[in-house]
Amino acid sequence: MRVLVAMSGGVDSSVAAALLVESGHEVVGATMKLWGGASDAGCCTVDDVEDARRVADQLGIAHRVFNFSEDFEARVVDPYVAAHAAGATPNPCIECNRHLKFRRFLDRAVKLRFDAVATGHHARVVNERGRWRLRRGADRAKDQSYVLSVLGQDQLGRVLLPVGHLTKAEVRTRAAELGLRTAAKPDSQEVCFISATGGRAAFLRERLSLHAGRVVDAASGADVGSVDALELVTVGQRRGLGGGATGGRSRRYALSVDTGASTVLVGSHDDLLTEQTALRDLTWVDGAAHQGSAVLAQVSAHGSAVPATFEGEGLRWSAPQRRVAPGQTVALYDGDAVVGAGLAA
Amino acid sequence: MGAYLDHAATTPMRPEAVAAMLPFLTERFGNPSGVHAVARAARRAMDDARESVAADLGARPAEVVFTGSGTEADNLALVGVHSRRGGAVVCTAVEHHAVLETCRALGGRVVPVRADGQLDLDALADALDPTVSVVSVMLANNEVGTVQPLAEVVALTRERAPDALVHTDAVQAVPWLDVASLAGGADLLAVSAHKFGGPKGVGALVVRQGAQLDPIIHGGGQERDRRSGTHNVAGIVAMAAALRVTAAARPEVVTSVGRLRDRLADGLLAAVPGAQETGSRQHKVAGNCHLRFPGVESEALLVLLDEAGVFASAGSACASGALEPSHVLVAMGLSAAEAGSSVRLSLGAGSTQGDVDLALEVVPKAVADLRG
Repeated sequence: MRVLVAMSGGVDSSVAAALLVESGHEVVGATMKLWGGASDAGCCTVDDVEDARRVADQLGIAHRVFNFSEDFEARVVDPYVAAHAAGATPNPCIECNRHLKFRRFLDRAVKLRFDAVATGHHARVVNERGRWRLRRGADRAKDQSYVLSVLGQDQLGRVLLPVGHLTKAEVRTRAAELGLRTAAKPDSQEVCFISATGGRAAFLRERLSLHAGRVVDAASGADVGSVDALELVTVGQRRGLGGGATGGRSRRYALSVDTGASTVLVGSHDDLLTEQTALRDLTWVDGAAHQGSAVLAQVSAHGSAVPATFEGEGLRWSAPQRRVAPGQTVALYDGDAVVGAGLAA
Repeated sequence: MGAYLDHAATTPMRPEAVAAMLPFLTERFGNPSGVHAVARAARRAMDDARESVAADLGARPAEVVFTGSGTEADNLALVGVHSRRGGAVVCTAVEHHAVLETCRALGGRVVPVRADGQLDLDALADALDPTVSVVSVMLANNEVGTVQPLAEVVALTRERAPDALVHTDAVQAVPWLDVASLAGGADLLAVSAHKFGGPKGVGALVVRQGAQLDPIIHGGGQERDRRSGTHNVAGIVAMAAALRVTAAARPEVVTSVGRLRDRLADGLLAAVPGAQETGSRQHKVAGNCHLRFPGVESEALLVLLDEAGVFASAGSACASGALEPSHVLVAMGLSAAEAGSSVRLSLGAGSTQGDVDLALEVVPKAVADLRG
């Protein structure tokens, strides 16, 4: 098979490329240049591209660089900023997978006559009775099926995830055995376009005007404090909501953010719990789940999956759960297989 | 194998240049700044090279300053004059980054070009005033090959900014144009050896007598205090040899390569539906073929061409190797999409009918595949 491997310059995609070469595929590596701005957090730096290129050299495969920075800006960064302006908490890595890695990059690969693309994600694509399934990676602690949960049959049929059946430790061991320069490279942790020093606040402050807001107790309607930037408040957050140190059982949590009324509603931990979560923009791995079907739902990259019932417009939780911040991706599973995903409304 | 059609990026070395430089990598290794026999042997070769380069560029030997690259020569021209005299720096919007970024760094003025890539002389007139200290206009453009009306630039500058020096980046012009004649009125002129069959890592700036500038590299005071650093004797000798061969062969090369280029451009324009040529062929150098294929992304096209053995380019690459949108095409009024659908096929003295045949076979097929 002719395979185009997305090489970020990290250890996982390095080993993914190596495994494909070992299996006898015709492999070409490609690094996407996604972010043109300043950041020290993750992929797309000149150093990362050099790591990818040198690993490709070592593996004896060609390496290319694709400049998708305009699409990244339009499809990931701009919506990320817009979501914050609306008081939501988006997940840009998932949007990047949806629009860039598994659309733009995949389309490019198809045009260049590749049969498949591969990435270093920790998840497994398997074919069962002619249908593609997306299962959790073998290393549950490093599983990345959540960030891939927006993929469907069209994409999964042309995606290889060569390290999905390995643990992270095994990936590093393989990289070390092969003498790859990325063997001991630290994992990227944060959003690639947000710098570790300035963080989300500094990034957003340059791109949108942040507004102060009142913090209002949901039960009493009383003003209990203020925040400097409504746009930076996340539902479920406890810190930085003003109102002084109340500690203990009277801790307050953000229940909702209303940018129109410039208020953050706060309440107790019990107030934060909800029995249902509405979903929008649902996508399915292989057709929509039946209404009333039991699913496991995961609301963050490394959270645990908890039982719920899919009710068409959203989820009814088997036991009350903390509210999901609007804009967060909720991935739905059947066992360890992704069924679909939606955004918390 | 394959067709190398990226001569505007770099050229293979002329055998005469390789032969000329080899002794200076081995037995004649001396530092020309010394006083003993070993040093003097290197010194003599460098003096010969300087006279040769000067003659071929229409300059006096004392006016030739050897540098480490064309980029350095451009920087020396702009930064050196600005450092000495202050004042405003002016350049065109289609300059190579070596000039454009230097001009921007000095807070300079950037003059627009017309749709065909030629400098808008009215806009230049508007940008000129007595506070201007240096005007930089390239002789031939690296992306689309457009030749600029340098004599008119010089005349306009003398009239509007009488104290200003005129610098020309002639890096792309040497293989195709009579630089000595066309740039005769310029005060400063930059060339780069690897664009005309010399080695990488050596260039020159002609600084006409009376044109004053400060050095940008300080040290031992080589090159009459204009560019310190031990001379790259082998590179300088090879540059002189390449320039001599290039100048002698130029009329013949321009004719033969011009024919190849016309066959290539006309063939592709006929074979690829919707293909468009960038700039005016009457006003571009003989080796440049710059085309746009609507609906096709340059980045993808270059991959297919590469895999089929046609080595071309588009725009310029940043540090990571990613293609950047071309400021030249944008300055000519093309949209980002138009600019992003272009390819530059640049021919050189060694280009053959076989190269053109291969490109004529491969490019239309690749475009068709991408349009799917």
